[in-house]
Amino acid sequence: MNWLLNNLPLVGTLSIEHILLSVPPVIIGFVVAIPLGWLAHRFRLTRGILLTIVGLLYTIPSLALLVILPPIIGVSVLSATNVIIALSIYAVALMVRSTTDALDSVDADIIQSATAVGYSSWRRFWLVEFPIAGPVLLAGIRVVAVSTVSLVTIGAFVGVRSLGYLFINGLQRSIPLEILSGIVMTVVIALVFDRLLVLLGRVLMPWTRAVKVSKHQERAVLTAEVTA
Amino acid sequence: MNLFLEAFQWIFTPVWTIVKTERTNDIVLRLGEHLGYTFASLIAATIIAVPIGYAIGHTGKGREIAVALSGAARALPSLGLLTILALTFGIARAPIAAVVVFLVLGVPSILAGAYAGLEAIDRRTIDAARAVGMTEWQILLRVEIPLGLPLLLGGVRNAALQIVATTTLAAYIGLGGLGVYIFEGLPIRNFTEMLGGAILIALLAVVLDGVFALLQNFAIPRGVTAGRVRIVRTSSSRTRAVAGTSAVPGRG
Repeated sequence: MNWLLNNLPLVGTLSIEHILLSVPPVIIGFVVAIPLGWLAHRFRLTRGILLTIVGLLYTIPSLALLVILPPIIGVSVLSATNVIIALSIYAVALMVRSTTDALDSVDADIIQSATAVGYSSWRRFWLVEFPIAGPVLLAGIRVVAVSTVSLVTIGAFVGVRSLGYLFINGLQRSIPLEILSGIVMTVVIALVFDRLLVLLGRVLMPWTRAVKVSKHQERAVLTAEVTA
Repeated sequence: MNLFLEAFQWIFTPVWTIVKTERTNDIVLRLGEHLGYTFASLIAATIIAVPIGYAIGHTGKGREIAVALSGAARALPSLGLLTILALTFGIARAPIAAVVVFLVLGVPSILAGAYAGLEAIDRRTIDAARAVGMTEWQILLRVEIPLGLPLLLGGVRNAALQIVATTTLAAYIGLGGLGVYIFEGLPIRNFTEMLGGAILIALLAVVLDGVFALLQNFAIPRGVTAGRVRIVRTSSSRTRAVAGTSAVPGRG
């Protein structure tokens, strides 16, 4: 217990640094995946290409990506930018798939109705398809957020400070409590992110509580929640 | 880009290691270790996850537990788990610690693949099997498992990817594998070696993914197209959005 009491400020700062590294990839992933997911949803050709590319990107191990990326994009291996970009790539890779599934889950009858009452395709996307795809998108972004928070720890190997530092330092100094504090804080941050996203979903999509979502959308949500 | 050329040169320049008086190419040796850990954990994870997944899929109960479990497993940082287990198990039993960590990573995907595979089956098929007098065991063994095989393999494929990527960390606790090159290169800033190792790991992951994709294709029973599952539980006759394609993200 001594270690923890003496190092509370360290755990605090590392947690904040951890959060700061985790937020940008999640936002970048969500935003970048919207147009890409739409392309994959809309056209058969782009669907094949895009889903293959994101599938391949996702197969690259994170530590390997942290090393491969710098010479390609010209940043230092040791910079926080490197970690943020690497994690953004994973976030996009996961989220493009989810966005595609989310848009696929929108009932064709609804789209036809929207077209029939005169929506242009741009307005129909933002006012009809996107909100209705919301619950599946939310499930996808929750997966991305949780896995990003846990992946940030890998950055500690290339010297980017996060809670991962406690794992490396704790192993070197043989202090299990130090490692445990790191694990617990990482899981807590992941859970808080997850809860916040659920709350955000409730605020932004009040209809999901009132209206029962369709059966196949329910399945799409479930699929997004268990996979990855 | 020069760095990449050097890295490939590094890959194709053999380094020899003496193992029990026999000369072995170092990369081949590391590849063997990497695959050894990957498959040991993958098999252990499959043995644990498949029976539970089939129980959930067949009875339709306990899905929420599986969802919560996979969420929790995702939140656990694998590096933290590996270091704390290595510390508590001790150096001598570090390999066990590694396999435990990797199998924890693999279980949720395989579990999801197993139960999603059974759930995606047309209810009428199962009702028909029951109607012709099959017992619950026969339904499971002769109907549900063969039809659910492609999705199960999708889950195993996912787990294999997770595990092969994370096995990189085994080198950090002195267990070898292809991660050795990254961890050797890091402190002395040997980017050629690090990049070479990283490329090898990425290639291995891509190849393994391809092998599982092939297996998945072979696993589709004759006369069944996995992508053409019709919805019968809802009133709509439209094809289902997700269940048929896969329980697997990123790859269909």
